Amino acid sequence: MPLIDQTAVELLAMLQAGDVTSVELTQAYLDRIEQIDHQVKAFLRVDPNAALERAEEIDRRRKAGKPLGRLAGLPVAIKDLLCTAGEPTTCASKMLENFRPPYDATVVAKLKAADAVLIGKTNMDEFAMGGSNENSAFFPTRNPWDLSRIPGGSSGGAAACVAARMAPLSLGTDTGGSIRCPAGLCGVTGLKPTYGRVSRYGLVAFASSLDQVGPMAQTAEDAALLLEVLAGHDPKDSTSVDLPVPKYSETIRKPLENLRIGLVREHFGEGLDGEVEAAVREAVKVYESLGAKVVELSLPHGKYAVATYYVIAPCEASSNLARYDGVHYGHRTDEKKMAAELEAQRRHWQDASGTRQKHWQAASGTHEELKNQDNALIRMYRRSRAEGFGAEVKRRIMLGTYALSAGYYDAYYKKALQVRRLIRGDFDRAFAEVDLLVGPVTPTPAYKIGEKVDDPLSMYLFDLYTVSTNLAGIGGMSIPCGFSQAGLPIGLHLQAPPFEEERLLRGAFMFQQATDWHARKPGGFYE
Amino acid sequence: MPISRQEVEKVSLLGRLLLGEAELDTMTHQLGDILAYMELLGEVDTAGVEPMAHAIDVSNAFREDAVQPSLEREQALANAPHRDGECYLVPAVLGEG
Repeated sequence: MPLIDQTAVELLAMLQAGDVTSVELTQAYLDRIEQIDHQVKAFLRVDPNAALERAEEIDRRRKAGKPLGRLAGLPVAIKDLLCTAGEPTTCASKMLENFRPPYDATVVAKLKAADAVLIGKTNMDEFAMGGSNENSAFFPTRNPWDLSRIPGGSSGGAAACVAARMAPLSLGTDTGGSIRCPAGLCGVTGLKPTYGRVSRYGLVAFASSLDQVGPMAQTAEDAALLLEVLAGHDPKDSTSVDLPVPKYSETIRKPLENLRIGLVREHFGEGLDGEVEAAVREAVKVYESLGAKVVELSLPHGKYAVATYYVIAPCEASSNLARYDGVHYGHRTDEKKMAAELEAQRRHWQDASGTRQKHWQAASGTHEELKNQDNALIRMYRRSRAEGFGAEVKRRIMLGTYALSAGYYDAYYKKALQVRRLIRGDFDRAFAEVDLLVGPVTPTPAYKIGEKVDDPLSMYLFDLYTVSTNLAGIGGMSIPCGFSQAGLPIGLHLQAPPFEEERLLRGAFMFQQATDWHARKPGGFYE
Repeated sequence: MPISRQEVEKVSLLGRLLLGEAELDTMTHQLGDILAYMELLGEVDTAGVEPMAHAIDVSNAFREDAVQPSLEREQALANAPHRDGECYLVPAVLGEG
C-alpha cells in the first residue's frame, strides 16, 4: 500500500518504528500535492521548505532519543481560518489577503507542541460562510470524486485534501455544518465537538456562540487521536470548558453496549434524495446487526432550525466582522479615490435637490443625520469593506445588521434565541430516550459547481440537518456510509449529548469496523 | 417583499458597506426571499421562553487581575494599511465641511 494511503495511526506507528522518516513522509504528501492539487485546489498555500525543515528537525530529535509529541512527524493541514503566527491567514478573503497574525491559534500551538508538521493552509468559503467553497475569494475547491462538483463547505479544502490523500489529518471548523457537510460530500470522517470542548482562541470569529474547531480524517480512530490533542480548557477562551479530556484514542475501541439509536422522523421526509435515504437506512441496519435498538422519534422544532440559524449566525457575524475597518489590518481602499467619490456625491446631493433627500428620509432618520454619518472616515470603512468582502459575506452582514437594527431586534434576534432554546429542549428530550441520533448529513450528494450560486436560500436549506447541532451546542459527526450510482460519497450523521465525543467516536468506530466505506478513495483523474 | 430598496440602502450604511446600484437590486431581492422564509419563526409559540444566547452556562470566567505581557506596539501595528511609528492613521474628519 502506498505510504499516503495509510491512516494517521498507521503512519505514526511506522514513524515510531523507524520504518519511515518524517522527511520521507512529508515529501510523499508534498509530491502528491504537487501532482494533483492543481486539479483539486484544496490548498491556498503550501510551504514545502518550511514543512521539510520542520520534519527534519523532528527526525533529528527522534534519532537523538529526545521526547516527542503525540503527532511527531505527521503532516497536518490547517483551515485558513485558524491563525498561524507570522504566516498568512486569509480566511479565503481579499480582506485578509496580506494579513499575518501575530500569534498562533491555540489549536495550532497545540499541534506544534505535539510535533506535527504543518503542511499547508486549506481553502474554504470566505470567512467560513457557505457550504460549497464557491465563496472563496481565490478559487473554488473541487470534489476529488468528481471535479465538476463542490466539495461542500465551508471546510471544503480540509475535507478534499484528506479525501485525495494530500494530508492524513486536517483541522476544520464548524458553525452550522462546515466540518460535517464537506466530510459527508468528500467521503471522509469529520467531527464537530460540543461547544466549549476545543478552544476558539485564534479561530477567526464568524458566529462566536456556534463556532467550533474539529478534526477531519480518514477514520474515526484518526479523528479520536487528533481530537485528543486539540481538546481542553484554554484560559485564553473563556467559553472553553474546564472538563478533563478523555483518552479518546484508547476508549474508541470499546463498542457501545445496549446501544439505542434514534431516527428523527422529520429527517426522512421531503427533500431527502432517494439514494441518500437508502444508504442511511442501510447504515441503520448495520447498527442493528451490531445489537443496536432503533427508536423513531421527533424533533418538533427542527423545521425552524434553518430560519433560526440564519438569524443568529448573521447577527453574530455582522458584529464580529465590524472589526474589518481598513484601519487595524486588512484591505484599505484608495483614500484619494474615496475622497473624490464622496465629494462628487455631496455635490450631486446638493444639486438634485429632492429625490435623494426624500429617499433617505423615507428610510428613517433625517437626510442630514445620515449624510453627516457618511463622512470621510465612514466612507473609508464602507469602501474598504465593499472591496474586501465577497457577495455572501456582504449578504450576511446585511442580514445581521438588519435583524439587529432598531425595531427589528425582538422580531428576529430575540425570537430566534427563544426558538433556539426550544430546539435544545427537543434534543434533551430525545437523548433521554436514545444514546445517538443517526441520519443523513446532507439532503443530496455533492451538487455541481455553479448550480446554486444565484439562489442563497436554497444553499442555506442544504444545511437543514446540521445547523441544529450548533444551535443546541452538542457534538456531531459525519462518517462515510455509501455511494450514489454516480460514485459520489454519502455521509452518515451522528449526534450525541454535550461532551459525549467518546460516544460519537465509539459509535463511528463500531460502524467502520463493520464496513469499509471509509477506506475507499477517489481514483482515476490523477492516475 | 418584506424589505424595501431604501431600507437596504440604509442598512448598508449601518453595516458600513457601500453597495452599487446593481448590488442594491440583487440584495433587495435576495434579502426579501430570505426574510420571507424567516417569517416561519412567527408560528412558534415562544411566550415565556428564556432566550438562549449561548450553548453552555459559563458565567463570570474571572482570572487574577495580574499584569501580563501583551502585544508589542510594533507587532500590533505591523498589519496596519496606514500608520506612522506609533499610531494607526485614518482620513481626517474634524473640520470637514
